[in-house]
Amino acid sequence: MSTTVEAAPSTRLTVRRLEERFGEAARYLHGFRGDDTVLIQKDRLLDVLGFLKSEADLDYDFLMDLAGADHLELPRDYPERYEVVYHLLSTRRGHRVRLRVRLDEDEVEAALKQKVGVVDSAAGLWRAADWMEREVYDLFGIRFRNHPMMKRILCHKDFVGHALRKDYPIKQGQWLAEPDDLLDEMGEADANADDLFSDLMELNLGPAHPAMHGTFRLLVRMDGETIRKAVPEVGYLHRAFEKSAEKGNYTQVIPYTDRLNYCSALVNNVAYCRAIEKLMGLEITERAITIRVILMELSRIIDHLVCVGANLVDMGALTNFWYSFGVREEIYEVLESLTGHRLTNNYVRIGGLAYDLYEGFEDHVRACLVKLRAALKDVLGLVRRNRIFIDRTKGVAVISREDAVSYGWTGPCLRSAGMDWDLRKKDPYYHYGEWDFEVPVLEGGDVHDRLLIRFLEMEQSVRIIEQALSRLPGGPVNVENPAAVLPQKPGRSGVYGNIESLMNHFVMVYQGVKPPAGEVYCPTEAPNGELGFYVISDGTGQPYRVRVRPPCFLIYSAYSRIIEGGMLADAVLAIGSLNIIAGELDR
Amino acid sequence: MGLESLFANKTGFVQVKMDQLINEVINWGRKNSLWPYPFGTACCAIEFMGVVSQKFDLARFGAELVRFSPRQADVLVVAGTVSYKMVPVLKKIYNQMCEPKWVVAMGACASCGGFYDNYSTLLGVDQVVPVDVYIPGCPPRPEAFLDGIVKLQEKIERESSTRTFARPPRELVQIKT
Repeated sequence: MSTTVEAAPSTRLTVRRLEERFGEAARYLHGFRGDDTVLIQKDRLLDVLGFLKSEADLDYDFLMDLAGADHLELPRDYPERYEVVYHLLSTRRGHRVRLRVRLDEDEVEAALKQKVGVVDSAAGLWRAADWMEREVYDLFGIRFRNHPMMKRILCHKDFVGHALRKDYPIKQGQWLAEPDDLLDEMGEADANADDLFSDLMELNLGPAHPAMHGTFRLLVRMDGETIRKAVPEVGYLHRAFEKSAEKGNYTQVIPYTDRLNYCSALVNNVAYCRAIEKLMGLEITERAITIRVILMELSRIIDHLVCVGANLVDMGALTNFWYSFGVREEIYEVLESLTGHRLTNNYVRIGGLAYDLYEGFEDHVRACLVKLRAALKDVLGLVRRNRIFIDRTKGVAVISREDAVSYGWTGPCLRSAGMDWDLRKKDPYYHYGEWDFEVPVLEGGDVHDRLLIRFLEMEQSVRIIEQALSRLPGGPVNVENPAAVLPQKPGRSGVYGNIESLMNHFVMVYQGVKPPAGEVYCPTEAPNGELGFYVISDGTGQPYRVRVRPPCFLIYSAYSRIIEGGMLADAVLAIGSLNIIAGELDR
Repeated sequence: MGLESLFANKTGFVQVKMDQLINEVINWGRKNSLWPYPFGTACCAIEFMGVVSQKFDLARFGAELVRFSPRQADVLVVAGTVSYKMVPVLKKIYNQMCEPKWVVAMGACASCGGFYDNYSTLLGVDQVVPVDVYIPGCPPRPEAFLDGIVKLQEKIERESSTRTFARPPRELVQIKT
């Protein structure tokens, strides 16, 4: 990679401690835009991960992301084709570090043939690694040693080949005749099955079941009404986001990001554009920042409204659905007036926004907020002290704080389990540190707190929007950089006025922006948690690899754990309270 | 067409053929009491929720009774992207529905795959189930969905109420790359 600088101050200690302890086996590779990368030798990986997790002065408690990469077409000075990339986070110290393990092509292929692991699995250290390693195996064919269940997760069971490898053709679809029976994951029933008084039964839920949100499948082993064991299956909405992102230019990825978490499309837009702006080293204008904050918080509100409304319907409280969807429609009116779309907005651009706000936007939003406050009051008045609501949600599907961290939970679900971690406060971007708002934290970790915290967060989002509206600065919404944004159309210096602008416009449309070669990981606090984009650029106008770190994927990986031992009817509430969005989970 | 045309005779007598009358009455009933099964997988399902809720109110067209059991529904609304992994499920749901049944492909993905032209996505559900109405949009606006329902009603009106219901799902077509 291009830029080699000294490690950033926050990771300097980590790099020094690693070099002292492991020497050549953990070599500092490069720093780029504040992200530091350490290259780890394959056979020392578990030692390094364990060291980083357990040392008191390093204290990396989160495995944030684990991704594969195929460097077949990347200009490089080392022979290995594959890489596994780990992103670690220390919440107590606020440090992040990236670790990479390089893998030889022959080694990976041989391991794949013999069905043995080639890298050690980190699932023993962090439960979050379980599903992410399965995904790397599915999409890259890299097997992990000592992994509890090394099988495909996103593609179906009859899929041949590994889709994210550079030599897999993007359009090569493969049919599936019968769904997986999942019995290998379910395993044999325990000894009690022979007991005359126990009556174990296997029950399939979904994927086309309203409680499973249309795309999740759950196989449960029931003992009466109690769930003994649950096996979730995902991947029914796998739409190949990461592969599609490699096929166009950087701007052409933005519409795909709309459809990741389609309940709050604008947050995805912003998260992706922030990553590319970080890659290019762009600073956007103050007006664009404030508008992005307003739109992100509006999106957070509609996302939470959908979650709360749908979950209350699952509980039988249909009235709340009308209350919350009424005000949601009001916010859609604003977004539609602004962006032209109700759901998939596609308004944010690299270097700013597609265009400025319309006249009367501020008043329109303020009117919405008044209605929102009234609706929140109505809904909360109906449920907050409602006996049925409390009985059905208190102490249901509980997760402990340690488990939530181990599974890589982020966002409201983590905060409802007693962990005060919000990127808007802890790693502020877009002046979030200056806005006056609080981050609600609850202790229960159950369905009740996961729903309640969303109400509290909506109130805080309203506060942020009100402040942002009153402080909306003037000026342009796009940066002054002809290599980053499209030129203006009207006027003498615009596209219609002179030939240079016309040529610039043509080149920008055809080739798009060209970030320097390098790689960045850029996290954003989305409604569901940390939405991270890990982008590798090879210096051309086409992204080499775009990896999404979806918050839902890791939250859902703990689903079977929190419902086992509970009632089946509670499992329905549990999935609703996690706010799982299939588009983001399966990508 | 429509029931009214049957009674347009100004002589005060009603002169209709019995089979035509039965046809009209049955179709009139069918088209105004569509029970949709939302096979919602993605973004379009969220918009479908919008159509059913108060502002757009699908009840005005008699189709508000959303059934989550295919055995009780007569319109399969495929709302969202269908992946190859989902195909066996979709076929099973369709086969579980009783005749008469209709299929609405809501949105670009269900109609033709949309901009997901890749290894995972089925390029249009009409490869596995017969589609009656395609609704464009990504996702379609609620008004567009309502328009699609009206189009379906017009189609039902023209149908023979005793048509033979032999429209099996087409055989799977292998896609060549």
